[in-house]
Amino acid sequence: MSAAEWQVVWFTAWVSALSTLVILPPGLAVAWLLARRQWRGKSVVETVISLPLVMPPVATGLILLNWLGRYGWAGRFLHDRLGIDIVFTWRAVLIALGVMSFPLLVRSARVAFEHVNPRLEQIARTLGARERRVFFTITAPLALRGIIGGTILAFARALGEFGATIMVAGNIPGKTSTLSLAIFQLVQLGEDAPAYRLLAISVALEFLAVWVSEYLMRSEKRRA
Amino acid sequence: MKLVLHKVRVTLSDFELAVDVETDSRVTAIFGPSGAGKTSLLDVLAGVRPVQSGFIAVGERVLLDTRKRWFVPTRERQIGYVPQDLALFPHLSVRQNLCYGAKDKQTANPLFNFDHVTEVLEIQGLIARRVTDLSGGEKQRVALARALLSSPRLLLLDEPLASVDDALKAKIGAYLLRVRDEFPVTMVYVTHDREETLLMADDIVVLSSGKVTAAGPVREILARSALS
Repeated sequence: MSAAEWQVVWFTAWVSALSTLVILPPGLAVAWLLARRQWRGKSVVETVISLPLVMPPVATGLILLNWLGRYGWAGRFLHDRLGIDIVFTWRAVLIALGVMSFPLLVRSARVAFEHVNPRLEQIARTLGARERRVFFTITAPLALRGIIGGTILAFARALGEFGATIMVAGNIPGKTSTLSLAIFQLVQLGEDAPAYRLLAISVALEFLAVWVSEYLMRSEKRRA
Repeated sequence: MKLVLHKVRVTLSDFELAVDVETDSRVTAIFGPSGAGKTSLLDVLAGVRPVQSGFIAVGERVLLDTRKRWFVPTRERQIGYVPQDLALFPHLSVRQNLCYGAKDKQTANPLFNFDHVTEVLEIQGLIARRVTDLSGGEKQRVALARALLSSPRLLLLDEPLASVDDALKAKIGAYLLRVRDEFPVTMVYVTHDREETLLMADDIVVLSSGKVTAAGPVREILARSALS
């Protein structure tokens, strides 16, 4: 493998891991709210969160491009106030991966929270525990396998993201090129050997991530 | 300690629970058939089920007064609750379960100290075990001990003998009597068994489809032909 190919693999791995870490706290918070609370507008939020799963990824990417571009509401604010540009940088890759994998994390974590017997949380409260303690000592530990499974699934989704990323970050070699973007470009250029090498690495990473995630989800169901 | 439930109204899926009783006894039995609203009433006392309206007080302390929009959160009610499924925390050891709600030495009632509670319920030998490895009777005693170690002012027991066989029933029953006699705590004891009621309780509240059909001293109420 060439240095450029390793760079693509390394960049994809770390930006996917970082995007998963970034979405973890809000993802768990939203999943818990959906699993444990009734509130006005809940079904709308549920639907909006699930949209990236069913919309064409390039459409999600186009929305992000509109928001994050120099003339978009978020992009202009970040550029004018903080001097930060988003589109066609690694930050755009990070945001695209986070947006596309967020629904998977929320859905998995929500199921994991729903599997925790609410009676245990109620009894913890009768024993004097505040909500934060109930969450960290009862809910989260009992949902942990499902949460980890969902996190890995989100990471796997990020590893393979294509449509939204190419819209908002482009495919700039050494800067925003991820595994899937690089494979696409290599095939377009007729360079089959490096394309297949990256394909093999992509398949191996995805297989491992999905396999571990499925294993953890299954054992979560057995525990429940 | 006096327990007052005044015009408590709770909407359940099949009917409305409506309770208006006062009791001053050490142990009050909530008696009635399955689906009468007994567990829901315990949930209301513990503060884990929303109430449409009503007033609840334990001793001098008002836990709920919907007219004044007063609601004491579950964690501050000082109510020990042993539900029918026991709800032991499966990922924690027996010791961790017991210590979950245990007060520190300054704030705990000395009668509810760790050594005394574990001795009365004979669970000293179980402390290092995982709760998932315990037998049904052992789990029952650990759940009871966990509730007592939180120094409760009111102890709620939801059919503690309903899901155990006859041999274990006698054994657990003996532990329950020891708890009643050793610890200064008012108890509300849900059951649908006449013998248990006679053995454990002083007063009885009879529930049927969410309505109180009789309330008063156990022997007097159970003697009425309607219950036989």
